[in-house]
Amino acid sequence: MRLDYPANIKIIRVPCTGKVDLMYLLSAIQKGADGVYVVGCLEGSCHYKEGNFKARQRVEQARALLEEVGLEGDRVRMYNLSSGEGPTFAAYAKEMTEHIKALGPNPLK
Amino acid sequence: MIVAKRKPFNEIKSLLKDYKKVLNVGCGTCVAVCLAGGEKEVAVLNAELDMARKLEDNPVEMGAITVERQCDREYLEALDSLVNGYDALLSMACGAGIQFLAERYPEKPVLPAVDTTFIGVNQGVGWYEERCRSCSSCVLGLTGGICPVTMCAKGLYNGPCGGTNKGNCEIDKNQPCAWYMIYERLKAQNRLDCILEITPPSDWQNQIPRTVIQPGYKKPEKV
Repeated sequence: MRLDYPANIKIIRVPCTGKVDLMYLLSAIQKGADGVYVVGCLEGSCHYKEGNFKARQRVEQARALLEEVGLEGDRVRMYNLSSGEGPTFAAYAKEMTEHIKALGPNPLK
Repeated sequence: MIVAKRKPFNEIKSLLKDYKKVLNVGCGTCVAVCLAGGEKEVAVLNAELDMARKLEDNPVEMGAITVERQCDREYLEALDSLVNGYDALLSMACGAGIQFLAERYPEKPVLPAVDTTFIGVNQGVGWYEERCRSCSSCVLGLTGGICPVTMCAKGLYNGPCGGTNKGNCEIDKNQPCAWYMIYERLKAQNRLDCILEITPPSDWQNQIPRTVIQPGYKKPEKV
Protein backbone atom coordinates (compact mmCIF):
# COMPACT_ATOMS: atom_id res chain seq x y z
CA MET A 1 0.00 0.00 0.00
CA ARG A 2 3.00 2.29 0.60
CA LEU A 3 1.07 4.41 3.04
CA ASP A 4 2.66 7.36 4.77
CA TYR A 5 2.39 7.88 8.49
CA PRO A 6 4.35 10.22 10.80
CA ALA A 7 7.99 9.18 11.23
CA ASN A 8 8.12 10.17 14.90
CA ILE A 9 6.14 7.08 15.92
CA LYS A 10 8.11 4.18 17.33
CA ILE A 11 6.31 0.88 17.06
CA ILE A 12 6.73 -1.67 19.83
CA ARG A 13 5.34 -5.03 18.80
CA VAL A 14 3.56 -7.27 21.25
CA PRO A 15 1.94 -10.63 20.53
CA CYS A 16 -1.44 -9.29 21.70
CA THR A 17 -2.43 -5.99 23.34
CA GLY A 18 -3.29 -8.11 26.37
CA LYS A 19 0.50 -8.25 26.90
CA VAL A 20 0.64 -4.47 27.43
CA ASP A 21 1.28 -3.95 31.11
CA LEU A 22 0.32 -0.78 32.96
CA MET A 23 4.02 -0.21 33.67
CA TYR A 24 4.85 -0.21 29.92
CA LEU A 25 2.54 2.78 29.50
CA LEU A 26 3.70 4.61 32.63
CA SER A 27 7.41 3.96 31.96
CA ALA A 28 7.12 5.40 28.46
CA ILE A 29 5.74 8.67 29.80
CA GLN A 30 8.13 8.62 32.78
CA LYS A 31 11.06 8.31 30.36
CA GLY A 32 9.87 11.27 28.33
CA ALA A 33 7.62 9.97 25.54
CA ASP A 34 5.13 12.68 24.56
CA GLY A 35 2.36 10.15 24.14
CA VAL A 36 1.65 6.43 23.93
CA TYR A 37 -1.15 4.71 22.10
CA VAL A 38 -2.10 1.10 22.01
CA VAL A 39 -3.48 -0.30 18.76
CA GLY A 40 -5.46 -3.45 19.35
CA CYS A 41 -7.74 -5.66 17.32
CA LEU A 42 -11.39 -4.74 16.98
CA GLU A 43 -13.38 -5.37 20.12
CA GLY A 44 -14.94 -8.81 19.90
CA SER A 45 -12.24 -10.03 17.50
CA CYS A 46 -9.46 -10.87 19.94
CA HIS A 47 -7.85 -14.21 19.12
CA TYR A 48 -7.30 -14.61 22.87
CA LYS A 49 -10.88 -13.50 23.56
CA GLU A 50 -10.27 -10.54 25.84
CA GLY A 51 -6.70 -9.28 25.33
CA ASN A 52 -7.83 -5.98 23.82
CA PHE A 53 -10.38 -5.44 26.62
CA LYS A 54 -7.64 -5.94 29.19
CA ALA A 55 -5.48 -3.45 27.29
CA ARG A 56 -8.31 -0.92 27.27
CA GLN A 57 -8.71 -1.27 31.04
CA ARG A 58 -4.98 -0.69 31.51
CA VAL A 59 -5.05 2.32 29.21
CA GLU A 60 -7.91 3.74 31.28
CA GLN A 61 -5.95 3.07 34.47
CA ALA A 62 -2.82 4.72 33.06
CA ARG A 63 -4.86 7.78 32.04
CA ALA A 64 -6.32 8.07 35.54
CA LEU A 65 -2.89 7.69 37.19
CA LEU A 66 -1.34 10.34 34.95
CA GLU A 67 -4.12 12.79 35.83
CA GLU A 68 -3.43 12.06 39.51
CA VAL A 69 0.25 12.81 38.98
CA GLY A 70 -0.51 16.12 37.25
CA LEU A 71 -0.01 15.13 33.60
CA GLU A 72 -2.63 14.97 30.85
CA GLY A 73 -4.24 11.50 30.89
CA ASP A 74 -5.01 12.00 27.22
CA ARG A 75 -1.35 11.40 26.42
CA VAL A 76 -2.31 7.72 26.51
CA ARG A 77 -4.96 6.41 24.16
CA MET A 78 -6.33 3.16 22.78
CA TYR A 79 -7.32 2.55 19.17
CA ASN A 80 -8.85 -0.54 17.60
CA LEU A 81 -8.63 -1.82 14.04
CA SER A 82 -8.36 -5.09 12.18
CA SER A 83 -5.03 -6.26 10.80
CA GLY A 84 -6.34 -5.67 7.26
CA GLU A 85 -6.90 -1.95 7.84
CA GLY A 86 -3.59 -0.39 6.83
CA PRO A 87 -5.14 2.97 5.87
CA THR A 88 -6.88 3.18 9.26
CA PHE A 89 -3.55 2.47 11.00
CA ALA A 90 -1.97 5.38 9.13
CA ALA A 91 -4.99 7.59 9.88
CA TYR A 92 -4.77 6.81 13.63
CA ALA A 93 -1.03 7.53 13.58
CA LYS A 94 -1.70 10.94 12.07
CA GLU A 95 -4.55 11.62 14.48
CA MET A 96 -2.46 10.72 17.53
CA THR A 97 0.50 12.79 16.33
CA GLU A 98 -1.68 15.86 15.77
CA HIS A 99 -3.37 15.33 19.12
CA ILE A 100 -0.03 15.12 20.96
CA LYS A 101 1.34 18.13 19.09
CA ALA A 102 -1.67 20.08 20.33
CA LEU A 103 -0.93 18.97 23.92
CA GLY A 104 2.73 19.98 23.60
CA PRO A 105 5.85 18.13 24.73
CA ASN A 106 6.01 15.93 27.81
CA PRO A 107 6.95 18.28 30.68
CA LEU A 108 9.09 15.52 32.24
CA LYS A 109 11.66 15.77 29.43
CA MET B 1 -6.18 -13.06 53.36
CA ILE B 2 -5.70 -9.53 54.66
CA VAL B 3 -7.09 -7.08 52.13
CA ALA B 4 -5.73 -3.57 51.79
CA LYS B 5 -6.40 -0.61 49.55
CA ARG B 6 -3.81 1.85 48.37
CA LYS B 7 -4.08 5.25 49.99
CA PRO B 8 -5.05 8.19 47.76
CA PHE B 9 -2.00 9.33 45.80
CA ASN B 10 -2.05 12.86 47.21
CA GLU B 11 -2.01 11.52 50.77
CA ILE B 12 1.07 9.39 50.02
CA LYS B 13 2.74 12.30 48.24
CA SER B 14 2.06 14.54 51.19
CA LEU B 15 3.51 11.98 53.66
CA LEU B 16 6.73 11.93 51.61
CA LYS B 17 7.03 15.63 50.86
CA ASP B 18 10.03 16.25 53.12
CA TYR B 19 12.10 13.25 51.99
CA LYS B 20 14.47 13.06 49.04
CA LYS B 21 15.36 9.38 49.07
CA VAL B 22 12.69 6.86 49.95
CA LEU B 23 12.71 3.07 49.93
CA ASN B 24 9.33 1.66 48.94
CA VAL B 25 8.97 -1.76 50.59
CA GLY B 26 6.35 -4.07 49.12
CA CYS B 27 5.04 -7.25 50.70
CA GLY B 28 4.78 -10.44 48.68
CA THR B 29 1.96 -12.14 50.58
CA CYS B 30 -1.60 -10.90 51.30
CA VAL B 31 -1.31 -7.39 49.83
CA ALA B 32 0.37 -8.78 46.70
CA VAL B 33 -2.50 -11.22 46.18
CA CYS B 34 -5.10 -8.48 46.62
CA LEU B 35 -3.19 -6.24 44.17
CA ALA B 36 -2.50 -3.46 46.67
CA GLY B 37 1.15 -3.69 47.70
CA GLY B 38 3.14 -6.32 45.83
CA GLU B 39 6.10 -5.88 43.50
CA LYS B 40 3.99 -4.48 40.68
CA GLU B 41 2.15 -1.98 42.85
CA VAL B 42 5.52 -0.81 44.21
CA ALA B 43 6.70 -0.17 40.65
CA VAL B 44 3.52 1.72 39.70
CA LEU B 45 3.57 3.90 42.82
CA ASN B 46 7.27 4.66 42.40
CA ALA B 47 6.71 5.71 38.78
CA GLU B 48 3.86 7.98 39.87
CA LEU B 49 5.85 9.55 42.70
CA ASP B 50 8.87 10.03 40.47
CA MET B 51 6.79 11.85 37.84
CA ALA B 52 4.79 13.94 40.32
CA ARG B 53 7.87 15.14 42.20
CA LYS B 54 9.71 15.97 38.96
CA LEU B 55 6.75 18.09 37.90
CA GLU B 56 6.98 19.93 41.22
CA ASP B 57 10.73 20.51 40.80
CA ASN B 58 11.36 18.56 43.97
CA PRO B 59 12.68 15.22 42.70
CA VAL B 60 12.65 12.15 44.89
CA GLU B 61 14.79 9.05 44.47
CA MET B 62 12.58 6.02 44.96
CA GLY B 63 14.09 2.65 45.80
CA ALA B 64 12.09 -0.55 45.45
CA ILE B 65 12.18 -3.90 47.17
CA THR B 66 9.48 -6.46 47.85
CA VAL B 67 10.03 -8.94 50.65
CA GLU B 68 8.15 -12.21 51.00
CA ARG B 69 6.39 -11.04 54.19
CA GLN B 70 6.88 -7.89 56.24
CA CYS B 71 5.27 -9.54 59.28
CA ASP B 72 8.11 -12.04 59.52
CA ARG B 73 11.54 -11.15 60.97
CA GLU B 74 13.46 -13.51 58.75
CA TYR B 75 12.33 -11.68 55.61
CA LEU B 76 13.03 -8.21 57.02
CA GLU B 77 16.69 -9.08 57.42
CA ALA B 78 17.15 -8.48 53.71
CA LEU B 79 16.50 -4.78 54.34
CA ASP B 80 19.14 -4.28 57.05
CA SER B 81 21.90 -3.38 54.62
CA LEU B 82 19.65 -1.06 52.58
CA VAL B 83 17.74 1.20 54.95
CA ASN B 84 20.67 3.39 55.97
CA GLY B 85 20.88 4.76 52.46
CA TYR B 86 17.35 6.21 52.67
CA ASP B 87 15.70 9.14 54.47
CA ALA B 88 12.43 7.26 55.00
CA LEU B 89 10.70 3.96 54.33
CA LEU B 90 7.34 3.67 52.60
CA SER B 91 5.57 0.41 53.30
CA MET B 92 2.90 -1.15 51.13
CA ALA B 93 2.26 -3.97 53.61
CA CYS B 94 -0.74 -4.31 55.92
CA GLY B 95 -0.80 -2.48 59.24
CA ALA B 96 0.99 -5.38 60.94
CA GLY B 97 3.82 -5.35 58.41
CA ILE B 98 4.20 -1.57 58.59
CA GLN B 99 4.50 -1.71 62.39
CA PHE B 100 6.98 -4.57 62.29
CA LEU B 101 9.11 -2.59 59.86
CA ALA B 102 8.91 0.51 62.08
CA GLU B 103 9.85 -1.62 65.10
CA ARG B 104 12.94 -2.97 63.35
CA TYR B 105 14.14 0.47 62.20
CA PRO B 106 13.00 2.82 65.00
CA GLU B 107 15.33 5.60 63.84
CA LYS B 108 13.69 5.79 60.38
CA PRO B 109 10.34 7.32 59.55
CA VAL B 110 8.17 4.44 58.29
CA LEU B 111 5.13 5.64 56.36
CA PRO B 112 2.07 3.71 55.17
CA ALA B 113 1.07 3.58 51.52
CA VAL B 114 -2.04 1.43 52.01
CA ASP B 115 -5.08 1.33 54.26
CA THR B 116 -5.55 -2.16 55.71
CA THR B 117 -9.20 -2.91 55.24
CA PHE B 118 -10.34 -6.40 56.24
CA ILE B 119 -9.83 -10.16 56.24
CA GLY B 120 -11.62 -11.34 53.16
CA VAL B 121 -12.06 -13.60 50.18
CA ASN B 122 -11.23 -13.27 46.52
CA GLN B 123 -14.47 -13.07 44.52
CA GLY B 124 -12.75 -12.28 41.23
CA VAL B 125 -9.62 -10.50 39.98
CA GLY B 126 -9.47 -7.26 41.95
CA TRP B 127 -12.75 -7.96 43.78
CA TYR B 128 -12.63 -8.82 47.48
CA GLU B 129 -15.24 -9.15 50.19
CA GLU B 130 -14.95 -9.14 53.95
CA ARG B 131 -15.66 -12.39 55.77
CA CYS B 132 -13.91 -12.29 59.16
CA ARG B 133 -13.43 -9.73 61.95
CA SER B 134 -10.97 -11.94 63.89
CA CYS B 135 -13.19 -11.77 66.99
CA SER B 136 -11.29 -14.63 68.70
CA SER B 137 -14.45 -16.61 69.44
CA CYS B 138 -15.56 -18.31 66.25
CA VAL B 139 -19.18 -19.45 66.07
CA LEU B 140 -19.16 -20.69 62.47
CA GLY B 141 -19.84 -24.23 63.71
CA LEU B 142 -23.25 -23.08 64.97
CA THR B 143 -24.10 -20.69 62.16
CA GLY B 144 -23.79 -22.85 59.06
CA GLY B 145 -20.42 -21.34 58.13
CA ILE B 146 -21.76 -17.78 57.91
CA CYS B 147 -20.15 -15.28 60.29
CA PRO B 148 -22.75 -13.18 62.10
CA VAL B 149 -20.10 -10.85 63.52
CA THR B 150 -18.99 -9.83 60.02
CA MET B 151 -22.11 -10.34 57.91
CA CYS B 152 -24.74 -8.99 60.33
CA ALA B 153 -24.79 -5.19 60.46
CA LYS B 154 -25.13 -5.37 64.23
CA GLY B 155 -22.55 -8.13 64.62
CA LEU B 156 -25.01 -10.18 66.66
CA TYR B 157 -23.83 -13.50 68.07
CA ASN B 158 -27.48 -14.41 68.63
CA GLY B 159 -30.09 -13.54 66.06
CA PRO B 160 -32.00 -12.61 64.09
CA CYS B 161 -33.03 -9.28 65.58
CA GLY B 162 -36.37 -7.59 65.01
CA GLY B 163 -34.95 -5.72 62.01
CA THR B 164 -34.81 -8.70 59.68
CA ASN B 165 -37.07 -7.97 56.72
CA LYS B 166 -37.85 -10.65 54.13
CA GLY B 167 -34.22 -11.72 53.85
CA ASN B 168 -32.74 -8.23 54.10
CA CYS B 169 -31.48 -6.03 56.89
CA GLU B 170 -33.34 -3.02 58.19
CA ILE B 171 -30.34 -0.77 57.54
CA ASP B 172 -30.55 -1.22 53.76
CA LYS B 173 -32.77 -3.27 51.48
CA ASN B 174 -29.68 -4.33 49.52
CA GLN B 175 -27.95 -5.65 52.63
CA PRO B 176 -28.79 -9.33 53.15
CA CYS B 177 -29.73 -10.34 56.69
CA ALA B 178 -26.95 -12.60 57.93
CA TRP B 179 -29.23 -14.37 60.37
CA TYR B 180 -31.77 -15.06 57.62
CA MET B 181 -28.97 -16.64 55.55
CA ILE B 182 -27.87 -18.63 58.62
CA TYR B 183 -31.46 -19.84 59.15
CA GLU B 184 -31.82 -20.88 55.51
CA ARG B 185 -28.54 -22.76 55.49
CA LEU B 186 -29.12 -24.54 58.81
CA LYS B 187 -32.62 -25.48 57.65
CA ALA B 188 -31.21 -26.97 54.43
CA GLN B 189 -28.72 -28.96 56.52
CA ASN B 190 -31.41 -30.02 58.97
CA ARG B 191 -29.46 -28.40 61.81
CA LEU B 192 -31.92 -25.72 62.93
CA ASP B 193 -31.39 -26.70 66.58
CA CYS B 194 -27.99 -24.91 66.34
CA ILE B 195 -29.69 -21.52 66.05
CA LEU B 196 -31.21 -22.00 69.50
CA GLU B 197 -27.82 -22.20 71.20
CA ILE B 198 -27.00 -18.96 72.96
CA THR B 199 -23.49 -17.60 72.50
CA PRO B 200 -22.25 -15.27 75.26
CA PRO B 201 -21.35 -11.78 74.05
CA SER B 202 -17.75 -11.06 73.16
CA ASP B 203 -15.88 -8.72 75.45
CA TRP B 204 -15.04 -6.14 72.82
CA GLN B 205 -14.19 -3.41 75.29
CA ASN B 206 -10.78 -2.95 76.88
CA GLN B 207 -9.10 -5.00 74.18
CA ILE B 208 -5.37 -5.20 74.32
CA PRO B 209 -3.19 -6.59 71.51
CA ARG B 210 -3.67 -10.34 71.46
CA THR B 211 -0.90 -12.91 71.44
CA VAL B 212 -1.10 -16.48 70.21
CA ILE B 213 1.40 -19.15 71.17
CA GLN B 214 0.60 -22.41 69.42
CA PRO B 215 0.62 -25.70 71.33
CA GLY B 216 4.10 -27.17 71.50
CA TYR B 217 5.75 -23.74 71.31
CA LYS B 218 6.68 -21.15 73.88
CA LYS B 219 7.62 -17.52 73.81
CA PRO B 220 11.43 -17.23 73.82
CA GLU B 221 12.87 -15.25 76.71
CA LYS B 222 14.97 -13.19 74.34
CA VAL B 223 14.24 -12.44 70.68
